Amino acid sequence: MSEISVTKDAAPAADALVVLSKVNKHFGALHVLQDIDLTIARGEVVVVIGPSGSGKSTLCRTINRLETTDSGSITIDGKPLPQEGRELARLRSDVGMVFQSFNLFAHKTVLENVTLGQVKVRKKARKEAEEKARTLLDRVGVGAQADKYPAQLSGGQQQRVAIARALAMDPKVMLFDEPTSALDPEMINEVLEVMQQLARDGMTMVVVTHEMGFARSAANRVVFMADGRIVEEARPDQFFSNPRSDRAKDFLSKILHH
Amino acid sequence: MNVLSDNFAMFREGFLGTVELTALSAVLALVLGTLIAAFRVSPVPALRIFGSAWVTLLRNTPLVLLFLAVTLGLPALGLKGWDSFWLAVMALGCYTSAFICEAIRSGINTVPVGQAEAARSIGMTFSQTLGQIVLPQAARTAIPPIGSLLIALAKNTAIASGFNVTELGSVQKTLNAASGYNIYVIFLWIAICYIIITFTISGLFRLLENRLAVAR
Repeated sequence: MSEISVTKDAAPAADALVVLSKVNKHFGALHVLQDIDLTIARGEVVVVIGPSGSGKSTLCRTINRLETTDSGSITIDGKPLPQEGRELARLRSDVGMVFQSFNLFAHKTVLENVTLGQVKVRKKARKEAEEKARTLLDRVGVGAQADKYPAQLSGGQQQRVAIARALAMDPKVMLFDEPTSALDPEMINEVLEVMQQLARDGMTMVVVTHEMGFARSAANRVVFMADGRIVEEARPDQFFSNPRSDRAKDFLSKILHH
Repeated sequence: MNVLSDNFAMFREGFLGTVELTALSAVLALVLGTLIAAFRVSPVPALRIFGSAWVTLLRNTPLVLLFLAVTLGLPALGLKGWDSFWLAVMALGCYTSAFICEAIRSGINTVPVGQAEAARSIGMTFSQTLGQIVLPQAARTAIPPIGSLLIALAKNTAIASGFNVTELGSVQKTLNAASGYNIYVIFLWIAICYIIITFTISGLFRLLENRLAVAR
């Protein structure tokens, strides 16, 4: 490989919230994450892009330990990720996650989806939790659907409910694992708009996506991954107009110029 | 000369004996079966091993041998003073729990992995994830086979007649020995008693299925 060393352009993190250091992971013989070092500052929006199979989803999922790692360390707000059990559950409640396939609780109404974590994990009173849930549902524009079941909603609506469900826990950081990849084209924007607003409000975000428009407009930093490595990190304007690594040039030439 | 009206008290006692035996064994089997299913999907290896050992042992042992094991084995281990009814509940409950566990586990396998991942990602513990998210959705697929297992359990209670428990099987034996009655008529009435019990169970499960189907 020609570009082993990582090209860094972005400013170093002042107030680190998520720190990955020398993280390695294998799926059998496949080395999906190779010596990943990544620091995400409080309030920063980091967009992770790269060809499929590059390990970007896996990277996102290791941050709340939905994927285990083989070596290296991950800390969130100064605390290392626990292995299992209650400690891990407590830490996960501070890390919001939005999945490609929404994963709303199918047997619960929209409102219950957003209140469940508050009541069971945060031990809030039901009334207080429901008030907060309705506020959040209004904020993402699905307030009118509160009493429906997930299957009765469109994909875009479901994904916005999933964002509200994650926000209900008052997370320190939000992880988005290809949040628009399973959506019909006309529904992508309604989800991206919610994410744009969230970014403007100062939420710390890690977004794995193929939406280059979102990366350009909302990201503070673009992380480009290929073959399990971070190949390039740069501000979005720099990355898109002047990529440094051959791998990134090749990737961008394939997706940007039709 | 009517075997039912002549021996109504005996029939009633046998019928209630079978109902009680079925109901209590079912409760034990459902509680144990759910617990063992939870063991089998838990992140703790020791619990998973215990769960599969439980299922392998109990599912593959003939029920009569299990009855012998509890009636002879438990007193030998120093657990004396259990009457034959409770020993039968134990044998039937443990035996059926192995099958219930597997029915529940197959239900769990139909719930998409993303459901549990989403629950864990909002900070729910293993038991909350299982109890709030996975088991309620697993129930939809597990309910019909559990209904069949409980019907099988109701009929399996007849084995208890060989172990000194008053239930329909023992009524039939007593009446056959008493002679004077047409043996086919005795069989018919006993069969009707079992049908009442098994139809009740399938009716209850049909109600349950319909209830769960609506809440989607």
